[in-house]
Amino acid sequence: MSANLTNIALTLTNVSHSYGDVHVLNNLDLTVKQGELVVLVGPSGCGKTTLLNVLSGFIKPVSGTVKHHGVIRTVYQQDGLFPWLTVAENIGMGLREVKNETQRKKELDELFELIHLKGFENHYPHELSGGMKQRVEIARALAGHSDILLMDEPFSALDYQTRLRMRTELIRLLKERNRTVVFVTHDIEEAAQLADRVLVLSNRPAHISKELVIDAPKPRESTNPAVINAMDQVLKQLGLHVNAGTGF
Amino acid sequence: MNQPAAKKISTARRIILPVAVSLLLVGIWQITCLTEIFPHYMLPTPADVFASLQEEFATGRLLNDIVASMWRITVGFILSAILAIPVGLWLGNHLMMRVAFSPMLNFFRFLSPLAWIPFAILWFHIGDKPAIFLIFLATFFPLVISTMSAVANIPSIYYRVAKDYNYKGRELLTKVTLPAVLPQIITGLRVSYGIAWVVIVAAEMVGCQDGLGYGIWDARNGLRLDTAVSYMIVIGTLGVLVDRLLAQLTKMPNVKWGYER
Repeated sequence: MSANLTNIALTLTNVSHSYGDVHVLNNLDLTVKQGELVVLVGPSGCGKTTLLNVLSGFIKPVSGTVKHHGVIRTVYQQDGLFPWLTVAENIGMGLREVKNETQRKKELDELFELIHLKGFENHYPHELSGGMKQRVEIARALAGHSDILLMDEPFSALDYQTRLRMRTELIRLLKERNRTVVFVTHDIEEAAQLADRVLVLSNRPAHISKELVIDAPKPRESTNPAVINAMDQVLKQLGLHVNAGTGF
Repeated sequence: MNQPAAKKISTARRIILPVAVSLLLVGIWQITCLTEIFPHYMLPTPADVFASLQEEFATGRLLNDIVASMWRITVGFILSAILAIPVGLWLGNHLMMRVAFSPMLNFFRFLSPLAWIPFAILWFHIGDKPAIFLIFLATFFPLVISTMSAVANIPSIYYRVAKDYNYKGRELLTKVTLPAVLPQIITGLRVSYGIAWVVIVAAEMVGCQDGLGYGIWDARNGLRLDTAVSYMIVIGTLGVLVDRLLAQLTKMPNVKWGYER
């Protein structure tokens, strides 16, 4: 039992949250294992971002308990980089606890190698493309001793082709540096390509309405039968299936 | 014309075009003088003004006045910046204090420094002090308000990121809040530095025996409008030159982002 517990990165027990009269989260239970990539999908405005804020500790829920093991960092949709710092300084934020200068330098070099942005060390974020910026954000979150990444629609501000490329990139980066990931998206294809487990959230107040384990090896093509099957099930759950009727 | 097209204008044209506009203005002035719509004592000719400029320069009075005014402006402005920026940072971070102080700050912002002249004389007598006091008053409130609202409008995402990477207390202020508002602080400084120059004429009307503002005042009393105009030209030119220097601050690599979106 105790051996099992150490494998758990995040636990939510009976978490409910509301803003005044608006109930956003309703008795949510969630357990994320170490190294697992859990994707949360759900209708817009269902409380996905509130859930991430609860997980990161930025919001304390009205009731229920949140437990996590290790350092949590969030990757945002956009503008999460400090524009007054260079790319290297931004990534360096993740290495603040590394005091040894040579060690820091070595770590930074490795990260730049990893995200294929060598030569951009002294650029500022506003000089980079959207995809490059997101790669820098991910590198910053991966730097040093982080354990859990919360990703809040990290690719949704990118164009379609860049988004596809970033999914493959993320899988590659996580193979190099294994982390527990909670990934929020409204893109069902993205969810099916990335997830070890997809959790579908209901309308507000959100609870988990469906859990779907996808164990096909990664990276997965968007045309992979496992991906298509998962998309099909999620769409059905969300009531977006073509045969489900218009619902309007 | 859109932005990219504007960037294509060559350096030569960037110099030639403004010079042409200035010459055009002097031309209109000259023609107005030649038509004699106004009697000579009401509107000096460009030649009169140029002669007076040379004269004031030759006697050394102009240089002395420039130094005197620059000193007052610099001291008043620096005192104001040293106090206004921390106050603005503090108010920007505390909503309750902002609500409490904002109406008062705005109230004082709308009071012309001229209204303070009696107090400037009574409290600071003569010399540099009343002028410095007036410049301080004129620049302090706009600078507090611009710093305060810049801090209040920092996107909350920066604070979330800061929390993730353990920025707390003093470090949060110096490594997140301050750099996040630095572009707007620089803009605020440029604007209030402009105000300082606008105020100098009024500020030196009282208790001063030199300075560019006093020079205009003195010329008026002696009905030497040629001298008054030459001092006006000096004030405008110095203002522009110093603003060009302050504009260089906006080219620092860690603030450029604030002007490019």
